[in-house]
Amino acid sequence: MSLVFSGICSHAPGITGRAERADPALRDPLYKAFGGMRDALHAARPDALIVVAAEHFANFFMNNMPAYALGMAENYDGPIEDVEWLRIPRRTVRGNPDLSRRLIVEVQQSVDVAYAEEWRFDHGIMVPLHFLDPDNRLTIIPGNINCQGPPLTPLRRAWAFGEALRRACDAVPERIALVATGGISHWPATPDSGMINVDWDKDFLDRWVRQDKDAMLSYTDAETYRDAGQGGFEIRTFIAAAAAARGQGTIHFYAPIPIFAVGCTVATMEIA
Amino acid sequence: MSLYQISKLLFQLNRDEALKRAFKSAPQDAIAPFELSEEERRAVLEPDIGLLYVLGVNGQILMHFAAFCGIEWSDYLQRMRDGVKRHGPVRAGIYAMLSGVDEKVAGS
Ligand SMILES: [Fe+2]
Repeated sequence: MSLVFSGICSHAPGITGRAERADPALRDPLYKAFGGMRDALHAARPDALIVVAAEHFANFFMNNMPAYALGMAENYDGPIEDVEWLRIPRRTVRGNPDLSRRLIVEVQQSVDVAYAEEWRFDHGIMVPLHFLDPDNRLTIIPGNINCQGPPLTPLRRAWAFGEALRRACDAVPERIALVATGGISHWPATPDSGMINVDWDKDFLDRWVRQDKDAMLSYTDAETYRDAGQGGFEIRTFIAAAAAARGQGTIHFYAPIPIFAVGCTVATMEIA
Repeated sequence: MSLYQISKLLFQLNRDEALKRAFKSAPQDAIAPFELSEEERRAVLEPDIGLLYVLGVNGQILMHFAAFCGIEWSDYLQRMRDGVKRHGPVRAGIYAMLSGVDEKVAGS
């Protein structure tokens, strides 16, 4: 049928793993915003949800690193992390290899996406699913953009990947939802964890909400690294979501929550 | 120096239950297939989280190794800071520290 829902959200492992250490005045509204996104997502009655994340060496490593990947498995397991550490119970998620294959064939018309018949979900997908699909009801197709191991794919290619995903979603009879997950500025898993460049985040989100393609694609990786840290490279997933949705965005929640190591974000975008 | 090899060891350790068991029972044997320098071997076996950080291991791999070693989050952050204090600035990779060695950002 088409793309029926599009959104972005944070996936930092602290959001669940260090929940009790956050200020409830910030944490609870964040969880509530995730709840609102969950309701909107399910109200769109998707046959499948594509989660485009920026994974963290759960599956892909520098021995053979794809810039772009889509899952094509019957099932997926996650989280790969210690469940006590992430505080998300392990689950088996239903996939749809036939739908994956049809989407991949269309995406490949313009982007050389890798496919994977094995894929273990890390916090990049599991933290969002924990909030957006708590009862494990949805059919999931995982996607990945390498934002971890440089050299990284150029931003304009992340845009092209989003466009390709949109074309692919529009070409299948199923109703498809898309959620892209990542962080804006952050310095995760370093001693600087908790540093957040709020001005940079707000400026990026402003470009995203306005669907300002040129402004979103104008960052160099050197600038992003300087101003937004290595975590900032994950803007690639948010950019892909904007390219897929084409509409105006709405920010439902943004607040820096240092113990979660990121400016926590929940946003949706009109499908245009 | 073989940052790639030590990163690969920790990447595999993070995702392979059999390797985790082997590492717990006979760590020297478990890491033998990886071409590590003496400094890297020592850093993994001790474990010296601070030195692994300074060697340039990506934090997304290192934080799970730390958790596997039973190191709690705040302690993990402190060990990286102590590593920079002892061994000097991060030598490779994209996970360098920006704040001062005695600063605290969040969760320390
Ligand atoms: Fe991430």
